[in-house]
Amino acid sequence: MDEQSFFEIFIQTVMDRRIEILIALREHLVMSITSIIIATLISVPLGIFLSRRQKLAEPVITITALFQTIPSIALLAFMITIPFLGIGKDSAIVALTIYSLLPILRNTYTGLVGVDQSIIEAGKGMGMTSNQVMFKIRLRLALPVIMAGLRTATVITIGVTTLATFIGAGGLGDLIATGLGTLRKDLILAGAIPAALLALVFDGFLRWVERKATPRGIKKNI
Amino acid sequence: MITFENVSKKYPDGTEALKEISFRVREGELLTLIGPSGCGKTTTMKMINRLIEPSEGSISINGEDISKMDPVKLRRNTGYVIQQIGLLPHMTIAENVALVPKLKKWPKEKYQKRVDELLDLVGLDPSVFRERYPFELSGGQQQRIGVIRALAGEPPVILMDEPFSALDPISREQLQDELVRLQQEIHKTIVFVTHDMDEAIKIADRIVIMKDGEILQIDDSDHILRRPANDFVREFIGEDRLSSDDDASLTARSLMMKRVAVARPTRGLAEGLELMKSYSVDSLYITDKDHHFQGVVFLDTLENYYRDEDKKLQDIMETDVSIVRPDVAYPSVAEIFSNPAVRTIPVVEDDKLVGLITRSSMMRGLAGMTQRHHREGGGANG
Repeated sequence: MDEQSFFEIFIQTVMDRRIEILIALREHLVMSITSIIIATLISVPLGIFLSRRQKLAEPVITITALFQTIPSIALLAFMITIPFLGIGKDSAIVALTIYSLLPILRNTYTGLVGVDQSIIEAGKGMGMTSNQVMFKIRLRLALPVIMAGLRTATVITIGVTTLATFIGAGGLGDLIATGLGTLRKDLILAGAIPAALLALVFDGFLRWVERKATPRGIKKNI
Repeated sequence: MITFENVSKKYPDGTEALKEISFRVREGELLTLIGPSGCGKTTTMKMINRLIEPSEGSISINGEDISKMDPVKLRRNTGYVIQQIGLLPHMTIAENVALVPKLKKWPKEKYQKRVDELLDLVGLDPSVFRERYPFELSGGQQQRIGVIRALAGEPPVILMDEPFSALDPISREQLQDELVRLQQEIHKTIVFVTHDMDEAIKIADRIVIMKDGEILQIDDSDHILRRPANDFVREFIGEDRLSSDDDASLTARSLMMKRVAVARPTRGLAEGLELMKSYSVDSLYITDKDHHFQGVVFLDTLENYYRDEDKKLQDIMETDVSIVRPDVAYPSVAEIFSNPAVRTIPVVEDDKLVGLITRSSMMRGLAGMTQRHHREGGGANG
């Protein structure tokens, strides 16, 4: 099997299975994005809370870091043993959410705490309430750091979602698993390449959002 | 107007930052709090806008106990200028200045007008600076914005925490001059913390000298200079300001000019030439951002290299320069000048450039013609 003919086989596979690939891509997207959104909704408010109670920050962040050390496939497998979750997408989404917490939480916390103290003191001294300091100063200035965490989480999650196939949740991992089982490189690539492209596209999209959302006055620092 | 009554501050670890201090700030006066670091001057100031709460005693403004006021409201009616400037980097200059008026919910036309008015007041053209961001401004310009931001909400009281001490010497003197001029127009009650006696003498109506959480002396500068309360005050304000002009007291400090044309080492040669023109000088003193002295560039050297566009001031500066410390006595200075090749002598303290002795500034110093006004007053009676 030389290079040329493998490429042809690969194209043929993609054409034949395009419906299957598109369905898998959609499942993959739904699982990844849902997990990221839930993880953001948990991590950003939690990060804000921890920046105000810094003594709690270290233990809480360590717990999310512990989750990160569990091998992703083990975490997925563990979820199906939990009642009400079982086999399928729900388990996958919970596992992926837990997996995305750390990068977003850590960056939110570090970003908020890292804002120049003199700026905070100026704001407070001028009579801003602590909520005004949080939303008009801290969050605005921490935004680039928070977005960087979100991007890291997104890329990791889109990758790990390929393992969701092993708990029957579908996604592009289905094609890869089938390819592995039947030793077909073309099938593995038909799952892996879209997953990689998806990660790149989202990373680029979030970088664009980050640039749009970063105020002009602090852009030069990025 | 502001009254401190037996105010103490004790921290849980037992340190006593303030020991039962009592004093009054009069309406419309500029009062400086001065003392060595750790004397409690900043703590005292920050109690006025309740960034720090006293452990004991009470503070009142116009008879009203501030511990019973809403701290947010109190701060909106108290201007605050800090050493690190603290402009919000993500907001334009106009937004920064309008911050307190917006918090106080002024109508838009009113605060926009106020912003332009204030920018004019410190000589920054509103049409140029309104939409700029803080990082586009020099340190001196940024602190001008810091000062007018504190004025924007028309507070009766303004607190300034070593506002000019992080600036280069030229900007610092300019801002001090501007503050004195501004205060003649606005007559605010200003509490100004500093560790620099020259600054205090230059700007203050009255000076509070503090040490170890206690007030040693409160008076106007003339009385403090004539009748220091004790040896510490005498030492703190500096013997050279007190003693009469006999030759032994002539040190590099009294022979030097404090306005020095400085430039950063990374400036290009064209910029250097511009700076020399604008200051009307023929030498530039190269300092890094912490005012550490690096070398000198003379006009003739600069002209020799001018065609080389890649050269920076640091590439052509002379580093083998005779320097003196401010406490060096006159004979040593004269000794250095006996070499005709020496044109100027930089005065350097802790690696920082604090002044410059030229042949003419030395002559003026010898003739007792120092530029310090307090010296004239003290000398006449000494």
